[in-house]
Amino acid sequence: MARSVTTRHKVTATIAAWIVALVIFFPILYTLITSIKTEPEAIAGFSLIPSGTFENYVTVQTQRDYLKPFMNSVVLSVGSTILALIIAIPAAWAMAFSPTKRTKDILMWMLSTKMMPAVAVLVPIYLMFRDFGLLDSRIGLTVMLTLINLPIVVWMLYTYFREIPGEILEAARMDGAGLWQEIVYVLTPMAVPGIASTLLLNVILAWNESFWTIRLTTTNAAPLTAFIASFSSPQGLFWAKLSAASTMAIAPILILGWFSQKQLVRGLTFGAVK
Amino acid sequence: MATQNTRTLARLMMAPSVLLLLVWMIVPLAMTLWFSFQNYNLLNPANVSFTGLFNYRFFYTDPAFFQSIWNTLMIVGGVLLITVIGGIAIALLLDQPIFGQGIVRILVISPFFVMPPVAALIWKNMIMHPGYGVLADINKALGFQPVDWFAQYPLLAIIIIVAWQWLPFATLILLTALQSLDSEQKEAAEMDGANFLNRFIYLTLPHLARAITVVILIQTIFLLGVYAEILVTTNGGPGYASTNLAFLIYRTALLGYDVGGASAGGIIAVILANIVAFFLMRAVGRNLDR
Repeated sequence: MARSVTTRHKVTATIAAWIVALVIFFPILYTLITSIKTEPEAIAGFSLIPSGTFENYVTVQTQRDYLKPFMNSVVLSVGSTILALIIAIPAAWAMAFSPTKRTKDILMWMLSTKMMPAVAVLVPIYLMFRDFGLLDSRIGLTVMLTLINLPIVVWMLYTYFREIPGEILEAARMDGAGLWQEIVYVLTPMAVPGIASTLLLNVILAWNESFWTIRLTTTNAAPLTAFIASFSSPQGLFWAKLSAASTMAIAPILILGWFSQKQLVRGLTFGAVK
Repeated sequence: MATQNTRTLARLMMAPSVLLLLVWMIVPLAMTLWFSFQNYNLLNPANVSFTGLFNYRFFYTDPAFFQSIWNTLMIVGGVLLITVIGGIAIALLLDQPIFGQGIVRILVISPFFVMPPVAALIWKNMIMHPGYGVLADINKALGFQPVDWFAQYPLLAIIIIVAWQWLPFATLILLTALQSLDSEQKEAAEMDGANFLNRFIYLTLPHLARAITVVILIQTIFLLGVYAEILVTTNGGPGYASTNLAFLIYRTALLGYDVGGASAGGIIAVILANIVAFFLMRAVGRNLDR
């Protein structure tokens, strides 16, 4: 049946939704605007019209070497995600295609490791990192981020792999496909979307991780989270520069995030909401 | 029948993940437990001795400890209240037919992707700053005194910042759940003369119950460990007014060099998290059986 939606209803809902959306988005929008103001403009009171200078971006790069923490963020988030995928893909594969009675228990146990509060192991991890010379090293932090996100990666891959019908393998085998052909032509194309989604969500999570990345680094391996946290004690006029640094820190991941809405729901609810 | 072979292969494929997580879970936790019974200060590392439950007594008698537990619960409770109620309201709104739905969704979801230190600094300086913040500008325009958020209401300020970060998450999950509600059911209820409120209470809310549970539990795990937001805004102060358990442990360990005391606090944090985890595992586990 055609439930006619009156135009008035749609217009009212539209106005309300846009107001809510703009209020929620406002802090980000205002940061973006402030980043292209001059410093005196930035503290001159509320204004949505900037003079449009890109000076702040240049200053952040020349004075604070923005590129270095940016590259650290890229290396850490992508590196830890790929490492986690290499470890997790076989595990998720085995659990999805040859499940045993204990598969569910193993999955639940993996999830439970995610619930260990980071502060609870801050002391031993910090001391171990110190003793092994891993403080402020990319390698140490990459391993850390891999371990933190491994349970989520296994879980996400598992929920995707589980949806690949097992019958299709049998059909391929009946048609005379060997194991290699089976993997290359049948399984891989079906598994790639799930792996890509997992990669995307995990890069976002690793990029934004703000406990270990701040505590275990100082300068050399410090990613954007630590870089930005160092702005918390300002000197002089810095509103516009802070905005420029913030914009550069969040822009790449914000754009990635817009493409990941569906995966986000699925990945972070462990398949409980789809 | 390659069952025996397959099973061995499956075990081998799972082994790296399982072993890594096993080590990751047991070794640091065992060390924390061990340290929690030691008198161990980083400034005096030669003098480590067994003290039994002394570290726990220290936490038990320290007023900062009780305040931090209270603050932890306030942050978790306050943020949950705002995000769940706000999330339901916004999800209901976005579920309506509107112009530019895709863009609206993108705007609403965005705060979730902002890294915690950036979110905290934006709010601290651009929005809540008593001199130059937008809220101060609004107050001045209306003829009121600007509020010094982080001095007067530090905990509330942190709750607002964290809620802003998690509201998109709640909204997105609840919206996804809403969209799976059978539209024929809605129409049937409408035809039977059920008004909006009745439809919401008897149809929508029961349908959302599971998603709401998931939102509450997952957020609680992350909210128990709020850290960066406190670090860059109030640094736990004034006094201990905005110190939560996670921040207190950090302070004890890395600013006070007290390994034993911090470890005892860590064990208490584990116990708190386990209580939450118990319920979450039940909710997620039930879903696996379906």
